[in-house]
Amino acid sequence: MDMLTVKNLGISFGGLRAVDSFSITIKKGELYGLIGPNGAGKTTVFNLLTGVYKPDTGQIILDGKNITRLNTIEINKAGIARTFQNIRLFKNLSVLDNVKIGLHNDHRYSTASGILRLPSYFRTEKKMNEVAHEILEVLDLDKEANILSANLPYGKQRKLEIARALATNPKLLLLDEPAAGMNPAETDELMETITLIREKYGVTILLIEHDMKLVAGICEKIFVLNFGTQLANGLPEEVLNNPEVIKAYLGE
Amino acid sequence: MINMNSNKTRQLNKSTRSNLITIGVIVAVYVVCQLMIAMGLMSNLMQGLLVPLCYYSILAVSLNLTVGILGELSLGHAGFMCIGAFASAFFSKSMQNTITNSFIRFFLAILIGAVSAALLGVFIGFVVLRLRGDYLAIVTLAFGEIVKNVINVLYIGFDSKGVHFSIKDSMSLNLEEDGRIIINGAKGIVGAPNDTTFTAAVLLLIITFIVIVNLIHSRSGRAIMAIRDNRIAAESVGIDITKFKILAFAISAAFAGVAGVLYAHNLSNLVATPKSFGYNMSIMILVFVVLGGMGNIRGSMIAAIILTLLPEYLRFMQDYRMLIYAVVLIVMMIFNWNPTCIAWRKKYSLQNIFVALKSKTKRRA
Repeated sequence: MDMLTVKNLGISFGGLRAVDSFSITIKKGELYGLIGPNGAGKTTVFNLLTGVYKPDTGQIILDGKNITRLNTIEINKAGIARTFQNIRLFKNLSVLDNVKIGLHNDHRYSTASGILRLPSYFRTEKKMNEVAHEILEVLDLDKEANILSANLPYGKQRKLEIARALATNPKLLLLDEPAAGMNPAETDELMETITLIREKYGVTILLIEHDMKLVAGICEKIFVLNFGTQLANGLPEEVLNNPEVIKAYLGE
Repeated sequence: MINMNSNKTRQLNKSTRSNLITIGVIVAVYVVCQLMIAMGLMSNLMQGLLVPLCYYSILAVSLNLTVGILGELSLGHAGFMCIGAFASAFFSKSMQNTITNSFIRFFLAILIGAVSAALLGVFIGFVVLRLRGDYLAIVTLAFGEIVKNVINVLYIGFDSKGVHFSIKDSMSLNLEEDGRIIINGAKGIVGAPNDTTFTAAVLLLIITFIVIVNLIHSRSGRAIMAIRDNRIAAESVGIDITKFKILAFAISAAFAGVAGVLYAHNLSNLVATPKSFGYNMSIMILVFVVLGGMGNIRGSMIAAIILTLLPEYLRFMQDYRMLIYAVVLIVMMIFNWNPTCIAWRKKYSLQNIFVALKSKTKRRA
């Protein structure tokens, strides 16, 4: 079963071909790593997949549904959630509220019943609190549920982004450098967390990462991007020992 | 935007309790005012200020939804107030002899004022949706001025043949002998019934407070605040930016319209002068919001009340009045943001006093 099939995806910014004929197939439940030197176009690929940029060429199929030219909101509803390289939390809201905003589309009541405090408000809010606390517990953030998200330590802010993305109940989770800025202990913990959420929520994961320990440790397959095109694609041991890949990272 | 921290970190039941305290304080102030009027302890000047205090508070609270909660700078709030005022006064004056029960007439007038302002809010929301920051501020500023100026050239009258409309002068309405002019251009609406009472104004203030606070602590309110804090992240979790921006704009406008209804039915002459509905008014409401703390609903009310009373009480200083007003603004700013002052406020907050009293009585029991 293919979760994500991308064919010939490409986009140009002015004269720069940022991503060119990018093709990838991710199976359901797989944990895929996307690596490459700085400026290779990794985040651009994420932005294409989530509808932030509209591709010039190519096709994106998520779980049998063509999502190529949908906007960000529709793509999220179709089942892709993401985190950001530079953390983008709702800083003036509590940790719990951040996750509850992720639950926005799956747990509904009307604005009027919110204002008038009708029974559906209390029912849904209670349910939302339960689900949000469950997710926070998995990511070990439940003790911080009521503190302001801006006051979380850096590593936990990254985890909260994952929690918020998970709250939208995605089929495919895109993690943009989840270990950036983390110390080795935090990275180890993050590796465990990623493995755990994959098992618990059965979510397919595509992650961008520079930390080779993390990539080699948990990714089942790796795609290497260089200058917007494929350099290598396959199993970790093959890819990471590929002379072309080593050359791209370390130079001649 | 930072001042709401203390509100948000507490749990839901705690914030509900603090809101109940706020409503309790409003009711207590209302009762004290009524007692003072009954015992003749309140000057005429003060009595005349009671209703304005309420509608200024409503304006400040409703603008806080746009500025503090949605995070968009709007400088056209007086425009929505203007629409609410004229739409409702138009209704009340035309229906003066048809609906004689002033309670029902005023109730309908409030609905009409709120709905017409909200519709305009939706329209403006659509138009300015793509704009942010300074650009939005400029467009809303222009909008406020346009509304005021359009109403200044509007002539509408009735006669046996129906409604007559003109944007030239009252003569070109060509009314029959039995006709009467409702909106008379720059002279505005004369003789709309004075249906506003202090009680109604306080009730509407409480309703405004409850609606906006409940909105903030609901699913839609969270979505609005998510847009404020990070638009890109909000979109990435599937929040419809357009819908919630317009929702916030419309609700904010609706309550500005309600304030306009109170304003219009508190005067015998409703005129769209720059003083009443111009950008000075919009800026003044914004000052209430900024001073009370962006996103801090209770603060908006306190700031509105202090800054409305202050110029009146400073009248004896004549020319120095506005100078002192400015100094007070600065002092209030410091009191708002200084960490020591914040700690002091927390220590002596009404909520804490209530909690302390409760534990004392418990211990005794």
